[in-house]
Amino acid sequence: MSVVDEARRPPEPADTGRPARARPARGSPAARRRRARRLTYAAAVVLSAWVLIPIYLITVTAFTPRRVSYQFPKPLVPTELSGETVSFFARSAGVLPALGRSVMVAVVTLGLSTLLGAPAGYALARYRFRGKEAYRLLILSTRAFPVVILSIPLAVNFITWGIYDTVISVALMHTALALPFTVLITSSIFVSVPRDLEEAAQTLGCTPARAFVRVVLPLALPGLAAASIFTFVLSWNEVFAAVILTLRNRTLPALVLSGLSRSPLPFRFAAAFFLLAPSLIVIFVIRRYLLGLWGRVSR
Amino acid sequence: MAEIRLEGVTKAFDKVPAVDDVSLEIADGEFMVLLGPSGCGKTTLLRVLAGLEYPEAGRVRIGDHDVTDLPPRKREIAMVFQSYAVFPHLKVFDNIAFGLRMRGVDKPRIRERVERAAGLVELSDFLERYPAQLSGGQRQRVAVARAIVMDPAVLLMDEPLSNLDALLRLTFRAELKKLVNDLSTTTIYVTHDQVEALSLGDRIAVMNKGRIVQVDNPSRVYADPASQFVGAFIGNPPMNFLTAKVRRNGTKATLAIADHTVEVPAEGVPAGGDEVLVGIRAENIQAGVEPFEDAVRASTLVVEPLGSHLLVTASIGQQGLKVVTPADFPAHPNRDLWLRFDLAKLRLFPPGQTGEALAAAS
Repeated sequence: MSVVDEARRPPEPADTGRPARARPARGSPAARRRRARRLTYAAAVVLSAWVLIPIYLITVTAFTPRRVSYQFPKPLVPTELSGETVSFFARSAGVLPALGRSVMVAVVTLGLSTLLGAPAGYALARYRFRGKEAYRLLILSTRAFPVVILSIPLAVNFITWGIYDTVISVALMHTALALPFTVLITSSIFVSVPRDLEEAAQTLGCTPARAFVRVVLPLALPGLAAASIFTFVLSWNEVFAAVILTLRNRTLPALVLSGLSRSPLPFRFAAAFFLLAPSLIVIFVIRRYLLGLWGRVSR
Repeated sequence: MAEIRLEGVTKAFDKVPAVDDVSLEIADGEFMVLLGPSGCGKTTLLRVLAGLEYPEAGRVRIGDHDVTDLPPRKREIAMVFQSYAVFPHLKVFDNIAFGLRMRGVDKPRIRERVERAAGLVELSDFLERYPAQLSGGQRQRVAVARAIVMDPAVLLMDEPLSNLDALLRLTFRAELKKLVNDLSTTTIYVTHDQVEALSLGDRIAVMNKGRIVQVDNPSRVYADPASQFVGAFIGNPPMNFLTAKVRRNGTKATLAIADHTVEVPAEGVPAGGDEVLVGIRAENIQAGVEPFEDAVRASTLVVEPLGSHLLVTASIGQQGLKVVTPADFPAHPNRDLWLRFDLAKLRLFPPGQTGEALAAAS
């Protein structure tokens, strides 16, 4: 009988941190859990503020007239808006060619890492092979090398090959940096496409390759697009390798960084905004896929 | 249309055999059901037939061809998956047309054949919808239409009804039977549901632990199980098994269950040992509340009214059994019950492993 009563009772409201009807005694497991949750929330708020406040200030300052950007302390709410600062930045010497190079590097990186990484991701998603889990971890370990240490021997090689200070050299480096993510993200995307669909296509007359193109690819496309944007931003924002591997043909972040100490304040804010905006947009778009990826890796 | 021959097919995963040396012949146009508990290898066997798994040993023949080394697309098969595997990015029409397009059939023919197949499964009004806009039952029909539109030599179905709710399953089971009957395509149908198997199959191949334990038509599989496993797995309630002492004298043998004895022809009794296992279906036991001729005394444990009849759980000595009685039978727990076995329906098995067989069936 009590089972029935249990079931009839209205569902407990989700714990929202409000005091419950009958408050458990201090030190009880429920109270401890609530305290732990409050601490978690507090930590989350602090961390978010740490990231969000600079982003907010950069954005606001980039769109205020130049004289306002010199003020200190800064007004928290912008009093007047203008594109003056941003257009000043865009017209500065070398900015537009650097912007073009950045785009080219990012596009080449995207192409190369997809070409190399997506098949690996597919293999991780579909096939069982010896050392698969080790491989999955090993992929990440390439990121354990500091970029600077990786870049210097590469720079030497690139000089002997005659591709130093070119878009290609930076793109190769960025591909190396992006590949682990491309492999893991695409693998999680391919896992989400049921294998049955591929097999069904094969029983309906497709070769494995054709089944991939006709069935898996269309279904994976949104995820693959998100992964591409992620790679694009990774390359767009990368600065250390770009500084080491280029001299005159700098990418935008490298250019900004090398002249940073000599630039006027509004220039810096505008540059920061230029570098920030694409990544923010992208992270917003792909956060769902990132959660899937991390959930898989930590398992 | 084609007959199928499986010869000594073996498939293992990580050295654990999923299908163990299975040979089976299926006639042209036959509806063969592969029935067994989960993990018995029935789906693996179907996938070997489809070409989705490659067997470690054995050959697969469809019609006159040895197809063991051919990929699925060259086998003239069509398959309905348990998950339906309907392509979510394609409309119903394009789902059904998918295989024909891969085969390079021309456009007007495709339209004609898709519309006919959709008509057969009553999907004609849904051709312009995406699968996400369909119910589970309709998606299931798309999967069936997509398979039959190919006019395959062999139709393979992997538990196609198991994801439908109970009522829909009942309706669709009858429809499927009619559809496949009309097409008279050789069909292999995998299920773990013995009712589905009994109602659909021309023949049933019962599988357990990677092996086929009995191949027979449904009534024989039900009435004449080849082993305790089959008897316990098929039928609801499962076949009753009682241990009996045997005494042979000439052409007759006497079986003693507790202090009750019955006499049976000696040739039906498994050789060796002085114990046998007596199998009897619940509906082949006559029950009374008063003693009557040839009846054995039992005591009633549980009485379950099931609408059309009662299911009575009783015990003879220490041995439990289930009996089906008319709905108005005056059974009461803890009272005496008198039971008479229909001797023609008794089946005798060698003793032992009852527990194992019963556990495997549940």
